[in-house]
This record gives sequence, structure tokens and C-alpha cells, in this order.
Amino acid sequence: MAGPVVKKEMSPRLNRRAWVFIIPSIILIVAFVFYPMIQAFITSFETGTGNKLAFAGIKNYKRLLTDTTFRKALFNTLIYLVVQVPIMILLALAISSMLNSKRLKFKGLFRTAIFLPCVTSLVAYSIIFKSLFATDGFVNVLLMNLHVIAEPISWITDPVWAKILIILAITWRWTGYNMVFYLSGLQGIDDSIYEAAEIDGAGALQKFKSITLPMLKPIILFTTINSTIGTLQLFDEPMNITQGGPANATITISQYIYNILFKYSPDFGYAAAVSYVIVIMIMVLSFIQLKVGDKNE
Amino acid sequence: MSKKVLRVLQYVFLTIASIVSVFPIFWMIIASTNQSVDVTKGTLMPGGYFFENLKTLLASDLQYTAAFKNSLLIAVVTTILAMVVSSAAGYAFVIYKSRARERVFSLILLSMMIPFAALMVPLFRLFSKFNSMGPLKVIALNTPMAVIIIAIATAFLIFFFRQNTQSFPKELIEAARIDGLGEAGIFFRIFMPTNKSCYAAAIVVTFMTSWNNYLWPLIALQSPEKRTLPLVISAMGSSYTPDYGMIMTAVVIATIPTALIFFLMQKQFVAGMTGSVKG
Repeated sequence: MAGPVVKKEMSPRLNRRAWVFIIPSIILIVAFVFYPMIQAFITSFETGTGNKLAFAGIKNYKRLLTDTTFRKALFNTLIYLVVQVPIMILLALAISSMLNSKRLKFKGLFRTAIFLPCVTSLVAYSIIFKSLFATDGFVNVLLMNLHVIAEPISWITDPVWAKILIILAITWRWTGYNMVFYLSGLQGIDDSIYEAAEIDGAGALQKFKSITLPMLKPIILFTTINSTIGTLQLFDEPMNITQGGPANATITISQYIYNILFKYSPDFGYAAAVSYVIVIMIMVLSFIQLKVGDKNE
Repeated sequence: MSKKVLRVLQYVFLTIASIVSVFPIFWMIIASTNQSVDVTKGTLMPGGYFFENLKTLLASDLQYTAAFKNSLLIAVVTTILAMVVSSAAGYAFVIYKSRARERVFSLILLSMMIPFAALMVPLFRLFSKFNSMGPLKVIALNTPMAVIIIAIATAFLIFFFRQNTQSFPKELIEAARIDGLGEAGIFFRIFMPTNKSCYAAAIVVTFMTSWNNYLWPLIALQSPEKRTLPLVISAMGSSYTPDYGMIMTAVVIATIPTALIFFLMQKQFVAGMTGSVKG
């Protein structure tokens, strides 16, 4: 369809004009991403109150090692990551491979229903979950009426249940989102591959393991990295469901940075050092995931 | 035999997943039509209390109407500016391909890896300086522009438009040049109108992101009359004696625009989210 490939050199005038299209974006991204990023790196080596900062070497990074709240925030963030991301991705994979089967009825209905949580904003659904899971909220009333539990569960105020609640909430909001990626990936797999496998006597689980999984690998890798980056920055949900409580039992790193800035007396240097922990974690984890993804090739 | 059991199990599983997915939204709507006492009793029947709740909401000192207006203004202006600025960049990276610009593009892609959590500190400090910097006052803290300006050029949108420009027929551009149309004219009058589905998807996703944005507005908009909907809803949720009926009414109204977009433009919604548009 494409015409004959003639490599034409751009005229210098056109070449200069072309930058006009790009320069606004470059200015904005440099001003509001790269410049702040470098600024934060410098700030992370400074201490002081408010804007009166002085160079202090690696003092902030040393402080991280003995900071118990930071340790809690790091631990919680990693718990969310290690527990929630795999559960969500497996769920999304299971649902999408079921929805992809040709004989399934009400496909559109199921798909729309499971995708629906994506309509809600993070703050909105957090408030909904907070209300549903209040001590006198709907979920406790339901579970008690069904005689599953005798006493109401303290979803918000118990350190373990509060973590479980955050994980439940995130899973509810993002499973449908990931499902959409897998569904579009599955559409690219030719039905004849499955048919051939069926003739060879492959069961559903076997087909999933030896066709679906390998074919979807790049998409699974992409969604895993995406979810990892998202979870490491988790903020809206703990902020609005549990306020990070009880006693910082659900606090995340992002939330801790926010607290350092706005809840306590602002310590820009220390907040910047904490934020670089997230940067380094994202870099390391994305790198590992890409490496692991390559190896299974 | 076992195949039949498996099939039934599939339906059971998908039905449960669907109910769990829909229920909180259904409950939100039901709660918005009931009095707070009935909500805490666990009612699942629609009540006739919606307009009462709405009245309480509008009469409260939460400035909900102002928040709605602020959210709308920010989302609309962000979307319009982002469509011009980011799409122009994505377009130019393909149409005027050069080695220098390829390098710039990889740098822009790199910015995708930078978490907002890391920008929170320096951005807050940067924007708090703008107030005393003459013309930069317009983007200082507590102005809608402070929220808009950082969302106009995003790596995601530039990447998205670059991907979708690749299938754009170059002959059209050659023909337009011969007809004497300038480079800007080609972009605005040929490229934009012929890529409506691509823009629709980008508009949906940009509008939604802006409408739902929480962390940066929370930092940048601290005076009560400047707040956006997520900030007001968040403030309502943390009150000690929550009026559930009123809170859910606020949440329902805040969700209506995105729900409408979802039902009217599901295709573009998905395409924008997954970053792919075909045809």
C-alpha cells in the first residue's frame, strides 16, 4: 500500500519548522518532570526547615535506616505489591480466558459488569468501600445475618483487616482494567490453535498453560510492570479508606511523603530522600521483570 | 460429563465476579436515595430521599457546586490543550522523522518511568515560587492552571499519538503541500479531522484522568473555594459523623460524567486506556 520508498532529505527550513510542533511538549516535560527530578535529587542531600536548606551529605538516607514509620510504609507497600498484584493478574487472566471462549453466552454483559469499576474515580470508590466496610456497614451486617461471623469485623481499625480491606479494594477497582488488556491480546490468538490442541486431547487447563499464557506473555509483562509502578505509588486508597491507620498499619510510601510535607513540619530534604526510594524501587523492579520476561523466551 | 460441570462452574464464577463488580456501584446509587439511618441499616431498596440529600449537600459548607465547576473547568481546559500540544508532538515525531528528534523522543519516553511520588516535593516547591514571579503568577499554587499545566504534555499521550500517526498516509501530506497548504494547516486541517477516532479515545482518557485526579490537586489547591470534586468528596469521607446519604449523592453526581462517557463511548474508552486505536 505504501508508495515507493524514496528517501528524501528534509529541507533545512522544514526541519526547523518541525521543532515548533515539539518544543511546547519539550518545555513542559523538562520544566515539570526532568527539572524537578534533578531538583529532588539535590534536595535529598539537604536538611533544614522550610526553604532554608543546607547541604548535609547522606544524612537523610542514613535517617531512613532508623525510621520506623518509613520501615512500616515500605513493608506495607511491599505487602500490597506481593499479595495484591499476583492475585489481580491471575483473576484477570482467568476471567478473560473464560470470556474469550466462543460458546459462552452473555459475554458482553459479563465484560461490561466486570469492567464497570473502572468508571469510578479512586477517591469515589475508596469512600464507597469505606462506607460498605464500616463497623456498622453493609458488609458486616450481611455477614452477620448470614451467620458467617458473630461479631462485626473491625475492617478499618484492625491492622490486619485494614490491610486486607485495602487489597480487596484495589483488586475490585483494577481487575477489570487488566482484563481488557488480556482480552485484546486473546483476540489476536488464532482459534485454530485451540482447535488443534483440542483434537490432540488438551484440557482447558492445559490449553491455558501451553497456549494462552505463552501467547499473552508480553501483555502480562506489560500489565505486571504497570501494576508494580502503580502499587509502589499507592496513595488515594489508603488516604481515603483508612487514612493510613490504625497507627500507620496501612500507610504507604507516597502517603508518608505527603505526611512529611503537610502533616508534620515540612522537611523537604527528607521527603525527597524517601521519594528517591520509590524511584530506585521502580527502576530495579522494572529491570528485574524485563530480565525475567526475556529469559523465558 | 466433567466438561459440562466445568462449563457450569464458569458461569457461576463469572456471575459472582459480575455481581461483586457491580454491587458497590449499585449500593452507591441506592444509598444516595436513602436517609443516612436507612443506609446504615443496610437497606437495598431505592428510597425517595435523593433530592433531600441533594438539598443537604448544596446547603452544606462544602462548596460542592464550586468544586463541580472547578473540576469541569480544569478537565475541559486540560483536555483541549493536551489534544493540541501532545498530539502535535506525537505527529511531528513521525512526519518529520530525524535522528535528533528520535533521541528527544526516547528521552520523553523515559519520563514515563518517573513516578509522581518523586515529583511531589520539587513540584510543590517550584509552584510555590511562581506567586512572586510576575507573569508566572497565573500558574501559581491555588490556581486552576497549576493543575492544568502539568497535564498538557504527557509521555503517554505523545506516545499514543506517535503510534497512531504511523498509519497516516504520507501521500495526503504531499498532496496538501502541492496544494499550497502550510505545515500547520496540514496538521490542523488534514491530520486532525481524519483521525477522529484516535482523538476521541485520547479525549476520553485525558478527561477521565483529569476529572479523577487527586494527589496533585490536593497539594496544589489548598484554599477551600478552589477545590475539585475528589478533594471535596475526600473531605466528606473523613468527617466524624458521616451522612451516608449525602456523601453517596455527592459521589453519584461526581461519577455521572465518567459513567456517561463509559456507556456512550465504551469503544474509545477501551482504546484510549489500552493505548491502541485501530482504523
